[in-house]
Amino acid sequence: MNLEEIYQVLKDKFGDAVLALDTELFGDHCIHISPAAIADVCTFLEETDTLAFDSLMCLSGVDFSATDEEFAVVYHLYSMNHRHKVVLKTPLPKTDPHLPSVSHIWKTADWHEREAYDLYGILFEGHTDLRRLLLPDDWEGYPLRKDYQEPDFYRGMRVPY
Amino acid sequence: MESTQSTESKIIELKPFTDEMIVNMGPQHPSTHGVLRLELRLDGEIVREAIPHIGYLHRCFEKHSENLSYPQIIPFTDRMDYVAAMNQNWGFCLAVEKLMEADDEKEFAIPERAEYLRVLICELNRIASHLLSFGTYGMDIGAFTPFLYAFRDRERLLLLFEKVCGARLTYNYIRIGGVSEIIPMEPGSIDEQNFLDEIEEFLDYFEPQIDEYNDLLTSNSIFSERTMGVAVMSAEMALSYGATGPNLRGSGVDWDLRRDEPYSIYDRFEFDVPVAKDIPDLGAVVGDCWSRYKIRMDEMKESVSICRQILAEGLPDGPVMADLKAVRPPKGEIYFRSEAPRGELGFYIVSDGTPKPVRVKGRSPCFSALSALQELSQGLMVADIIAIIGSIDIVMGEVDR
Repeated sequence: MNLEEIYQVLKDKFGDAVLALDTELFGDHCIHISPAAIADVCTFLEETDTLAFDSLMCLSGVDFSATDEEFAVVYHLYSMNHRHKVVLKTPLPKTDPHLPSVSHIWKTADWHEREAYDLYGILFEGHTDLRRLLLPDDWEGYPLRKDYQEPDFYRGMRVPY
Repeated sequence: MESTQSTESKIIELKPFTDEMIVNMGPQHPSTHGVLRLELRLDGEIVREAIPHIGYLHRCFEKHSENLSYPQIIPFTDRMDYVAAMNQNWGFCLAVEKLMEADDEKEFAIPERAEYLRVLICELNRIASHLLSFGTYGMDIGAFTPFLYAFRDRERLLLLFEKVCGARLTYNYIRIGGVSEIIPMEPGSIDEQNFLDEIEEFLDYFEPQIDEYNDLLTSNSIFSERTMGVAVMSAEMALSYGATGPNLRGSGVDWDLRRDEPYSIYDRFEFDVPVAKDIPDLGAVVGDCWSRYKIRMDEMKESVSICRQILAEGLPDGPVMADLKAVRPPKGEIYFRSEAPRGELGFYIVSDGTPKPVRVKGRSPCFSALSALQELSQGLMVADIIAIIGSIDIVMGEVDR
């Protein structure tokens, strides 16, 4: 199936939770999904035989700019059987970024979500073990946010070099 | 009478009165292939849980990328998977090139000569990477000799890489739009001929060596005992955990991006994709440590075959760099994946049309494969953990980025 067909299937099934089909940007086109519905949409994409997205290639948090009021979580899915792919994007308000976890659908999402939590502070509800992954447990702040200010000291060590 | 005795002794063995013990393995441990810390919850010698703690080699690749122009990022990709840096360069350049190609107005084509050089060098780099994996895996399991053999041959490859780009490990050779010209090799010149002859000489020498390696280690009975039937990863589990490359093929999934989603000029070459099978005579099961290891041994032969096909055709004439005025991808985003030695290396790039990216995410194959360790190691022995880590072939530089 191509992206338009997948979009139509999702639109018929989930209605308003599927926000839009974004074809304006160069490169990969994506489907915008409302954050609250992302786990249901992903379950549907994985379980439906005609879609069968059995592989989550990549899950990334994105902060587009410091002035933007939204983060995004981007899901790159691929179906080994049907050899088609889809890109899902969920906008999240920066003031309270949270959305359901998909780690029960694809196990690789476990670490990818922990990484997004670690670097962006995005909360994945229903994740069984949402701890920092790459940074030390006592690190303050979320470094990949565009408005991140690095601390002067970490445990007595100077941070900026 | 005898039978009751044996069942009784079994019951005693199943209920050993030991306390659970937490043992930290790493971060500095010779078999963790870098700086990986495992928190092991042990019941005697049985692993109840192995929790990986990563991040000791985190160098903020993604944060750095947001503050650098696209060509400046390439040296940072070198430092992700530093034993297969050519493939990392290439993966990043492919993603940027794909995004630039999406804009029809800025047309450019990567010169044929560059494409051939890229495939040739990256396949040699794949051999070098698998050699390191093979050598260190043997050493992890307790066989020291293969390590020396592997490093002896890998050294020849590193010298070859040094000849094309001046560096042994961090190459920065493949650039956006072609390959580096730092050490120029005129088409048809004596330099080029010498270089190709040297590669051919290496391949002639190396191909029979693979069989020797198989004699040395693959069929070694101690090695087989340690790896066959250990930590079986089913195909579903491998897919769910996002294990790719040799780990996925070791689980019996016939999938190789070079063949199934051909990029660059891979569609012009003929090569087999080794996939693991059950070998009842030996005791190997699809998805066990031995299968994952064996895939790498077989892949080296295929890489040799691809290199030979290129040498038979010869490098085409022409430039090695596309005519690019500036590297400025259009406003948009791309996810592009390529087949690195350790699996599917993806780069997700968001561009706003300026010379610097908004977001670069490196999807590292080792990162996903390592996340399966916790489930794979449950109920096994401590020594099996070493066998698993070696068999999924991780490089911590790439896991932590």
